[in-house]
Amino acid sequence: MLDLIPVIASYVPLTLFMAIMSMIAGLALAAVMAVIRVIKVPYLHRIVAVFISFFRGTPLLVQLFLFYFGLPQLVSGLQNLDGVSAAIIGLTLHFSAYMAESIRGAILGVDRSQWEAAASVGMTQKQVLTRIILPQAARTAAPTLMNYFIDIIKSTSLAFTLGVTEMMGAAQKEASSTFLYPEAFLVVAVFYWVIVETLSAGQRRLEHRLGKAVSR
Amino acid sequence: MSCQIDIKGLVKRFGDNTVLNGIDLCLQPGERMAIIGPSGTGKSTLLRCLNYLDRPEEGRITIGDLTVDAENAQKSDILALRRRTGFVFQNYALFANKTARANIMEGLTTVRGWSKAQATERADQILSQIGLGDRGDSYPAAMSGGQQQRVGIGRAMALDAELLLFDEPTSALDPEWVGEVLDLIRRVADGRQTMLIVTHEMQFAREIADRIVFMEGGRIVEQGPPSQIFGNAQDDRTRAFLRRVG
Ligand SMILES: Nc1ncnc2c1ncn2[C@@H]1O[C@H](COP(=O)(O)OP(=O)(O)O)[C@@H](O)[C@H]1O
Ligand SMILES: [Mg+2]
Repeated sequence: MLDLIPVIASYVPLTLFMAIMSMIAGLALAAVMAVIRVIKVPYLHRIVAVFISFFRGTPLLVQLFLFYFGLPQLVSGLQNLDGVSAAIIGLTLHFSAYMAESIRGAILGVDRSQWEAAASVGMTQKQVLTRIILPQAARTAAPTLMNYFIDIIKSTSLAFTLGVTEMMGAAQKEASSTFLYPEAFLVVAVFYWVIVETLSAGQRRLEHRLGKAVSR
Repeated sequence: MSCQIDIKGLVKRFGDNTVLNGIDLCLQPGERMAIIGPSGTGKSTLLRCLNYLDRPEEGRITIGDLTVDAENAQKSDILALRRRTGFVFQNYALFANKTARANIMEGLTTVRGWSKAQATERADQILSQIGLGDRGDSYPAAMSGGQQQRVGIGRAMALDAELLLFDEPTSALDPEWVGEVLDLIRRVADGRQTMLIVTHEMQFAREIADRIVFMEGGRIVEQGPPSQIFGNAQDDRTRAFLRRVG
């Protein structure tokens, strides 16, 4: 069983790579979609609403299969789409829908007087958003977004269904070649657990620091 | 003398509620004007329209050589207007994510394109003028109401606006902080800064204002120097209001 640890550990970087890429791309997309919905950009905000509804309303696994097995048949440029890319695209779109909603909620939670004060000094709408509203919304949304990041990390295990050998895939392979089923899956579970707990501890420290910063 | 600030026929409706019913005002350069009147009369709405925080349906606002016509005001006109007016809010409305110093710098760097070094220097000057030289690094949440409102005034002062608008700047304050904020406004007024202040502090209005405007029901009922309005008001409604507020 101890032999399993280095094997699984060697796949941690791939799992983190998929999670971090999906988080960064997902956050960027989510922020843009949240702003589009809040300021109700004509037409676009309706399209975004449908997008969010679809990606929240269907299972992640179905979405991953759609991207990996479905898209290459429909779009000729994507015939060589590998499992890792498909997983990142799927995770990005799926979680961007959730994160957009929590960022939107955080933006709406910023007091109206903050918009007005920023406008009154002569800022453009874009400046108001980027300099005053989004930083405040980010602080409110941070704990929820962090939870989505944790969700993303755990959800990368689904990439295994697209033939990607990441932590989960490696555990499955080890299990079937050594027949150490309980051991292999226990080890991989502990790996996820440690990664998530490390992040949570970091998150708590960060929140503590941010909390202190504004009451100085 | 010609008007520095000229407001003509300002009309604002919320649905079918006409809140401003044709406001005309002319402020001379350096004139300090106080607006008084019952609540719900449109005083805040008037100030907000002058900054286009509420968009008027009709009327023209001229500040110096800039004229903004409600009927065809473009985004760029509105930004230009806001650059020439500073607004002090009843609830301070400091940027919660920024320190006192950064609140004052924000308009200078983001809107007027000053360098960070220049803006820091100017902000520190203003901080000491408003008596908060040692609180530049504090966030709004850590300051008293009085301190926050002084920063709010400092933020508006930093813009070197042609017109400062004060919307009941002391109404949200605990009584203990009112004095320090009034003192600061008095000093700003002493510098002959053109200003429009909505206030319930009658004694204060009488002291600092060159002219008192009494509003009721979205209209200007009467205006004149403090001695006339407080000593010898012509309109029954003005007299009734002044009797009520003591
Ligand atoms: N955003 C708004 N939507 C609808 N009605 C409003 C809005 N703002 C102000 N009003 C109405 O306009 C009237 C004048 O309000 P206001 O300008 O705040 O008065 P004052 O400052 O003199 O107390 C009130 O009847 C108020 O209900
Ligand atoms: Mg008011």
